[in-house]
Amino acid sequence: MSLVTLNRVNKTYRLDAVDVPALVDVDLEIRADCFTVISGPSGSGKTTLLNVIGCIDHPDRGEVTVAGQEVRKMSDDALSDFRARHIGFIFQSFNLLPVLTVYENVEYPLLLSGVPGGERRRRIETLLEAVGLADKARNLPGQLSGGQRQRVAIARALAPSPQMVLADEPTANLDSHTGEAIIDLMRRVQREQHVSFVFSSHDPQVMAAADDAVRIRDGQIEKAERREALARETA
Amino acid sequence: MRTWSLALRNLLRNRRRSLTTLMAMVIGAVTILTFGGYSRNITYSLQTGYVLRGGHLQVQRKDYFLYGSGNPAAYGIADYQRVIEVIEHDPVLSPMLTVVTPTISLGGIAGNFAAGVSRTVVGTGVVVADRNRMRRWNDYGLPLNIGPVALTGTAEDAAVIGTGVARVLQLCRPLAVADCPQQAKAEQTQGNPAPDDIIGLARQESRPAASTDEARIELLAANVHGAPNVASLRVVKAEQQGFKEFDDMYVGLHLAEAQRLLYGGDKPEVTAVVIQLVHTGQIPAARARLEELLATTLKSEPLEVQDFETLNPFYGQAVGMFAAIFGFMAVLIAAIVLFTVSNTMSMAVVERTTEIGTLRAMGLRRSGIRRLFVCEALLLGCIGAAVGVVAALGLAWLINHSGLTWLPPGQVDPVPLTVRVWGETRLMVGSAAGLIVVAVLSAWWPARRAGRMIIVDALRHV
Repeated sequence: MSLVTLNRVNKTYRLDAVDVPALVDVDLEIRADCFTVISGPSGSGKTTLLNVIGCIDHPDRGEVTVAGQEVRKMSDDALSDFRARHIGFIFQSFNLLPVLTVYENVEYPLLLSGVPGGERRRRIETLLEAVGLADKARNLPGQLSGGQRQRVAIARALAPSPQMVLADEPTANLDSHTGEAIIDLMRRVQREQHVSFVFSSHDPQVMAAADDAVRIRDGQIEKAERREALARETA
Repeated sequence: MRTWSLALRNLLRNRRRSLTTLMAMVIGAVTILTFGGYSRNITYSLQTGYVLRGGHLQVQRKDYFLYGSGNPAAYGIADYQRVIEVIEHDPVLSPMLTVVTPTISLGGIAGNFAAGVSRTVVGTGVVVADRNRMRRWNDYGLPLNIGPVALTGTAEDAAVIGTGVARVLQLCRPLAVADCPQQAKAEQTQGNPAPDDIIGLARQESRPAASTDEARIELLAANVHGAPNVASLRVVKAEQQGFKEFDDMYVGLHLAEAQRLLYGGDKPEVTAVVIQLVHTGQIPAARARLEELLATTLKSEPLEVQDFETLNPFYGQAVGMFAAIFGFMAVLIAAIVLFTVSNTMSMAVVERTTEIGTLRAMGLRRSGIRRLFVCEALLLGCIGAAVGVVAALGLAWLINHSGLTWLPPGQVDPVPLTVRVWGETRLMVGSAAGLIVVAVLSAWWPARRAGRMIIVDALRHV
C-alpha cells in the first residue's frame, strides 16, 4: 500500500539569475511500513525530494499525496496540523531545542498534537526507554553526546505516533560505530511500531538496512527498487 | 508549555542581552514614574495652595468674573447670608462641604499718610475663623506647615499687607521686612500721592500711630455709590505673597471692615461665597447641585458658579505644561524601548532561524511561532515594568527621605522635594501597561517575520 505518491512533481530553485531544476517530472511511490532510502550524489535533489514528501516544501507542479491526502490543496495551517499528526522528522544536526530537557524535547510534538497529560507521560517514558535514554530525561541536549542527541531526535520524531518518519542523512554527523547503532535502533523501532522511515543517505550502512531504495540523479529518479530486487542485487 | 516556559527559557538563553534590554526598560519605567510622581506632587501642591486660599468653588454675581474687578461693589451678592444658609443646609451639598465663607475683593489706594506715599492695591476681606478652617484642608497629605492667618485674634481694623506694599509704603521698619533699602527722600516727595480732596478725606480718617513701631495705612476705595471712602487700618504683618505682582498689591482685612469701606451704612454685600469641599473630585457633583440651586431656590439674584481652575488659570497652564513634558518624555522613552526590544527580538529571530524551521516542520503553526516571540517580549515587558515600578518606588522613597527642598511657583517657603509614586495607582498601572504594550508592539514585526519564514530556508540556515 502506498503511503506517499508523487505524480510528475517538478521543483526549480532560483540561484541568483539561474533556474536550477531540483526535481524533474518525479513519479514515485513510498510504501507504508517500509524502510526507504533515497540516495544519490550531492545536489541530485535528495533533500528536496524529502522536503516535498515531508510537506515542508511545495512542488512547482505535480501532485503529492501523503497518507491519502492531496497536500497541495491544503492551507499552511492545515499542513502544519497534518505534519504534527502524520510526519516525524530526524535532522542531520539533530535540531533539538537546546533550552528544553530530553523529556521536554520528546514532549513538544505531543503538545502540538494535543495528547493528554497522562498519555503523554506514558508515551515519553516508553520512547526514552526504547532509545535507551530513560536516565537522561532531565538532561539538556548540551549535556549529551552526538549519538544520544540523535536518539532523542528519534524519540521526538516517533512521539506523536506518525505514519512516516523522514530522516535527512541521520548518520552524517556521527562516527560509523554510533551511526550503525542509530540505524539498528531506527530499524528496530520501525519494525516494532510499524512506521515508515524515509531516509536520504550516502551511508552504505543505511542502504544495507533499507527495504526500498530510490536513486536520484539531476532531479530525476534513476532507479526505484524494492527489497526483493535489492536482495537479488546484493546476492 | 508551555509557550510561557519556553519563552522564559529562551530569554534566559542570552542572559546578557536580555538583561541589557531589561535595563533599558527599567530605566525607562523609573524615569517615567519618577517624573510622573514629581509632576503629580506639583499638581497637588498647586491645587492645595489654591484650595486653601480660594476654595474649590465660588458663587459670584453673574459676570463678576469677567467685569467685576473694575467695580466689585457693583457686583455684590446682596443676600449672601441666605445663599450660605441654603448651601450649608442642602442635603446633597452638606456632606461634601468643609467651609462655606463670604469674601470681598476690592480695589483701592493704600496710603501711608505720615510718609506721604501711596499705591494701588487689591484688598481681600475675609472671615478669619473660616479662613483658619480652610487652612486645615490637606486632601493629598502634603507636608504642609501652615499656621493660622495673620489676622487671627486681631481687631476689626487690622490688616495684613504684602511685603511689596510694605516697601512702597515705607513700612519696612515697623513690620520688620527684610530686603528693604530706603528710598531717596527726593523720590518720596515728588508731588502728592493722591488728589488733594482725597488726601483731605484720608487725613480725616487717619488715626495717629500708637507708637513708632505701629504701622498704619489708609485704604481708599470707591463705595457702592461711586463715592470715595477711606478706612484706617493697623497693619499687623507684612506677608510675602509668592508672586511679586500680587505681593506688591495685597491687602488682607476683616470682612466687616471691607464691607464698611464698600457699603458704608448700606446693607453689606460680598463679592463671592467661597466653598471648600472635602475632596477635589466632588467638584462636578457640587457644581451641578449649586447650579440647580441657583436656578431654583436662589434664583432671586443672578448668580453663577466658578471653579478654582477657572479662577486661577495658572493652575491649568501648569498642569498642562507638566502633562506635555510628561507626554514628550513618555514618547521618547517608548521609542527607545521600542527599538531596544525590537532589536533584541530581531537578533533572537536570526539566531534561532534553524529552530524556527524545526518547530514549523514539527507542526507548529505560523501563529505559534509569532506567539512564542510575542510572549518573550511580553515577559520582558512584564518583568521590566515590575522591576521598573519597584525601582521607581525605591528611588521615590530615597528622594522623599533625602531632606531636599524646593520652592514651588507662587509659594513663599521651600517645601520638601516629594516624588509621589506610591499610591498613584493610575500612574503606576498606566506606565507599566504602556511599557508592556510597547514591548509587545516591538516584537510584533520580528515575530511576524519569524512566522513567515520558509521552512526549508530556515532549516538550511547556518
